[in-house]
Amino acid sequence: MTSQSVTTPAAAASSGPSRQTIFVGLLLVLALAAPFAVYPVFLMKGLCFALFAAAFNLMLGYVGLLSFGHAMFFGWSAYITAHAAKEWGLTPEIAILLGTFCAAGLGAVVGWLAIRRQGIYFAMITLALAQLMYFVALQAPFTHGEDGIQGVPRGHLFGLIDLSDTMNMYYFVLAVFVLAVLFLYRVVHSPFGQVLKAIRDNEPRAISLGYQVHRYKLIAFIISAGLSGMAGSVKSLVFQLASLADVHWHASGEVVLMTLLGGVGTIFGPAAGAYLVVTIQNYFASAGSWVTIIQGFIFVVCVLAFRAGIVGVFAPFLKKRGIEA
Amino acid sequence: MMTLFGIPTAALFGQLLLGLINGAFYAMLSLGLALIFGLLNIINFSHGAQYMMGAFVAWLGLTYLGANYWVALALAPVIVAAFGIVLERTMLSRLYKLDHLYGLLLTFGLALIIEGFFRQLYGISGMPYAVPKELAGGWNLGFMYLPIYRAWVVFASLVLCIGTWLLIEKTKLGAYLRAATENPALVQAFGINVPVMITLTYGFGVALAAFAGVLAAPIYSVNPLMGSNLIIVVFAVVVIGGMGSIMGSIVTGFMLGILEGLTKVVYPEAAGTVIFMVMVIVLLIKPAGLFGKGA
Repeated sequence: MTSQSVTTPAAAASSGPSRQTIFVGLLLVLALAAPFAVYPVFLMKGLCFALFAAAFNLMLGYVGLLSFGHAMFFGWSAYITAHAAKEWGLTPEIAILLGTFCAAGLGAVVGWLAIRRQGIYFAMITLALAQLMYFVALQAPFTHGEDGIQGVPRGHLFGLIDLSDTMNMYYFVLAVFVLAVLFLYRVVHSPFGQVLKAIRDNEPRAISLGYQVHRYKLIAFIISAGLSGMAGSVKSLVFQLASLADVHWHASGEVVLMTLLGGVGTIFGPAAGAYLVVTIQNYFASAGSWVTIIQGFIFVVCVLAFRAGIVGVFAPFLKKRGIEA
Repeated sequence: MMTLFGIPTAALFGQLLLGLINGAFYAMLSLGLALIFGLLNIINFSHGAQYMMGAFVAWLGLTYLGANYWVALALAPVIVAAFGIVLERTMLSRLYKLDHLYGLLLTFGLALIIEGFFRQLYGISGMPYAVPKELAGGWNLGFMYLPIYRAWVVFASLVLCIGTWLLIEKTKLGAYLRAATENPALVQAFGINVPVMITLTYGFGVALAAFAGVLAAPIYSVNPLMGSNLIIVVFAVVVIGGMGSIMGSIVTGFMLGILEGLTKVVYPEAAGTVIFMVMVIVLLIKPAGLFGKGA
């Protein structure tokens, strides 16, 4: 299901740019033009969660491990970036990198602990560790508890470009998203990514072939955690806020939902799922607990009847035409 | 005032009792999770929501039907178990042939629906539930004041846990259950209806959660979120104990509750996190859990 379409006959036979390039190019044009038609803050929120879901998907879709604690990377890097930008006055790109590296470091520790167990235990351990980090966030003085870190300055990118301008901010977020997804695409299609898939499909065989599966899982977990952190960092600048909601287990559940709804193990699925979930959140924001009920309902429907996800349903159709979705 | 290690004894024993009560809930909930996991191979994420439903059924019964505490204690587990059995028959049973993670995701979705539904109807402020008059008041033990209801909770949960253990380890039905946990296909070949057993086991696990919910109603207020906060701690308890043995779940549950209570006396800031810390240590030393076997 994840074989490389770039080398399929359909793509190889066509002259000029491959269909994959055209498909991605069209999506990019759409993303560039979108803020002129749609509320940019909504688009940015979607992009942050799309990156978060894409990073999460690296673990679930390509290593086959369900982490139920990814909110700790998302939420904690948001705190770190917000603190660095507000209290230390760092420029946005440095603050984001700092948040990303801290999340990757946290991911190294959590991954090192959690990969000792598999399957359901892995999910429970990551959930419990995320709850631990939630309590730390609740009590640490610099996070300001229930208030969160408010009024985070967006600052000037490289000291030059004013990000308080919404359009500048949008294109910056889009650039971060595209670079991160390209990176993930490279990881998945590298020899390293092939080994990850081998571990997912048959771990004992990967071990017997001499691969140090623990090392591969850990590196994948660190990458996933780091990019989840990057998404959280960017989000804290977009909304100028880092709060407990982003470290809560609800956020961990949401990213699972986005990935599942969009299509586990696809490149564009998590982004599609993220935009759908964010749309639902916005639409029902004033309707109390209905968001939770609807999210639960989507979970149930996806698991029972729609396990391929939105993009997963179209993937075979597109693949015949030389496009990997 | 009497002190022990520089801590007033009243505070020490008070927190120990609170810890014991928390431990009773951890034990009852992790017991149900372990039972369900043993036979169904899924982690029942909606366990917390079903615990909350037990408390709500008790509260609704008292408020609208005048059903007293004892009626609730008897009927709420049955009602919630019936609900659980419907879920198992209509949804969970479709997933047994798939990756076990789907069961986790499905029950997570169900937990969101149940919790959201009760939150929509009753808000998050929580409803008080009066201690039944037979169990009101308390005993002065000299070194501390013991509310009778709290003693009852510890007693009832111990009886329930030990009863469940006896049922599984010492009866013929329990032997079938243990055999089906090891090898369902073979047990079915001997003419035992394994699918029915799976359904009833799920119902029983859910009933345990609902029973715990009714016990909890007079201590904690009846609140739609009461289960979700508890269940994550119970997951950590399950990881620490390992799901290999029934007695293991019970002992681990009580032990960790007491440890949490002691932490509240010694270093209150860590009380919320101490169980997760223990989980980290256990993972480092014995990844399969204290009573667990294999991965």
